[in-house]
Amino acid sequence: MTVERLDQCFAACRAEKRPALVIYLTVGDPSVDDSVACALAALAAGADILELGVPFSDPSADGPVIAAASQRAIRAGGSLRAALEVARRVRLESGAPLVLFSYVNPLIAFGEERLPTALAAAGVDAVLVVDLPPEEGTALRAGLLRESLAVVPLIAPTTDPERERLVLEGARGFAYYVSATGVTGLGDAPLSTAARRARAIADKSSLPVVVGFGVDGPEKAQLLARAGVDGVVVGSAIVKAIAAEPDGAARVQAVTALVSSLRRALV
Amino acid sequence: MTALGYYGEFGGRFVAETLVPALAQLERAVHEIVLREPFQREWRDLLSSYVGRPTPLWRAERLSRAVDPSGDLLGELWLKREDLCHTGAHKINNALGQVLLAKKLGKTRVIAETGAGQHGVATATAAAMMGLPCAVYMGAVDVARQAPNVARMRLLGARVLPVESGSRTLKDAMNEALRDWVTHVADTHYCVGSAAGPHPYPMLVAELQRVIGDEARAEWAEGPGGLPDTVVACVGGGSNAIGMFRAFISDPVELYGVEAAGEGLDTERHAATLTRGRVGVLHGARTLVLSDDDGQILEAHSVSAGLDYPGVGPEHAALLRSGRAKYLAVTDAEAVAALHLVARTEGILVALETAHAFAGLPAIARAEHARLGRPARVALCLSGRGDKDLATVAEHTP
Repeated sequence: MTVERLDQCFAACRAEKRPALVIYLTVGDPSVDDSVACALAALAAGADILELGVPFSDPSADGPVIAAASQRAIRAGGSLRAALEVARRVRLESGAPLVLFSYVNPLIAFGEERLPTALAAAGVDAVLVVDLPPEEGTALRAGLLRESLAVVPLIAPTTDPERERLVLEGARGFAYYVSATGVTGLGDAPLSTAARRARAIADKSSLPVVVGFGVDGPEKAQLLARAGVDGVVVGSAIVKAIAAEPDGAARVQAVTALVSSLRRALV
Repeated sequence: MTALGYYGEFGGRFVAETLVPALAQLERAVHEIVLREPFQREWRDLLSSYVGRPTPLWRAERLSRAVDPSGDLLGELWLKREDLCHTGAHKINNALGQVLLAKKLGKTRVIAETGAGQHGVATATAAAMMGLPCAVYMGAVDVARQAPNVARMRLLGARVLPVESGSRTLKDAMNEALRDWVTHVADTHYCVGSAAGPHPYPMLVAELQRVIGDEARAEWAEGPGGLPDTVVACVGGGSNAIGMFRAFISDPVELYGVEAAGEGLDTERHAATLTRGRVGVLHGARTLVLSDDDGQILEAHSVSAGLDYPGVGPEHAALLRSGRAKYLAVTDAEAVAALHLVARTEGILVALETAHAFAGLPAIARAEHARLGRPARVALCLSGRGDKDLATVAEHTP
């Protein structure tokens, strides 16, 4: 499976004429068990793809919501190893694509050589490394590709066309368009502009392009869906919803409610 | 250094895609502006008329005899007096260069991170002088322990933004500065204070700090004569050390960096990244970092806010690996004792960061005597003055 799982997922969403719904959560916030329950709840409520966020002590590309979640998660035992455990447990019950979302240092500490097989064994299909531009991590990339894992390229508003080609070279699965210059969880991303650029990239590369950063609810998700993007990523809003609830059942309920409303907005 | 900014296996550019084009622009600017004659002339004019360069080399005779009464191990000890720079430390060399570059690039705002506050003061000073608004991120812990520098930055018109996340020290200030930069990358220059961070910062900062070593080398040739046997500097991120080392790297001169052992290397409370670190990525560079088995960056500890950093400039990691430079670590207590000793023997109140370099002298003198078979002639970078540390020193003095 692995990268094929992503291809099938995007093909299925295209057949339904809607973008894929990509849901991010920080693994271990507030506990590893909660992450499994919330991940399964998100899938049951209509999420197409899950991003399992590895908490990192110094998440310099993340805004306050995910940064605070990472701190809580680390204290509660969140880590790359915990993310693998969550992937394994979700994989037992779901065939949805799983994307590991991480900064590079936890990957280095785990061991770049043994990482690809460990990811594949846990049922992970793709890896998105926030701070690993295409010039870096050649060996890691090669190892992941050997296990048929996709390495998700990121394109930002500041990426010019020449660089865009470099970023997309050899990419499989999908690409991620960062809607605005800034950190995750920002409120005023120019989503219409982002959707146009994402579609242009998708047309040129024949790779699905998802849009993330600043999609905080159904309204903005719908705006992107109407603009015809291949996928919509919601992260901080999910993390915030999980953090607001006092117990596991309420957290699952909150995730179910938010993901259902997002999914309805995409049809 | 390679085209991608690698020193051996260390360095590179591990940042979010949004920042890569800005770093590429900065890299081009280093080659096309900073390293060329017109910029160099303008910057060096500022260094002489505004900063007070060249700084002198001072022979510390009383201190030498206090460290080594016999005179058998430590021969001559000369201090490169960066404490006499405007704003009281070497940080101004880099800040002036970067703010000048920011103006030339048409940036309308500068931001900086700061630990001890020296780089923040230097950036605020340069920004005030050149008329650019300036915001300085500073860990809340450091805001408390470096109050005089906070007041100084505010007087200079800078906004000081206390950082409450993580360990609330230098590394978190750098995270917050990166978040600001990624959000305002079109109009903002991020003035990184140490020879750390993503390429081209380690190279840019080293180019702007090598004036320290270039001067010291020329002054040594004119004064004591020839070359020193040994060059010593403290290392946090490592900007004064790399500035000093660069000039001597092709010479038969032993290079020593002294980092912070905090409460001891065998405790969890130290900042000895080179002595105890492992390979990792922090703030955009592959280097040695203090990190746990899960890759979480550990909180560093040092009595000196400027050395309280769990990473280090990649060029130092490479110099350690290649063996070209040697690194040792001294404790908080040893650094505070050294600060007292320098004050009483030389009448110079040094910064706690700098005090680490002095505290390394007994061990370095022994090692150098063993290597040379005669007393060593040592040049030490006195990177900054200690007025900002009065409260901390009082607290740590038995």
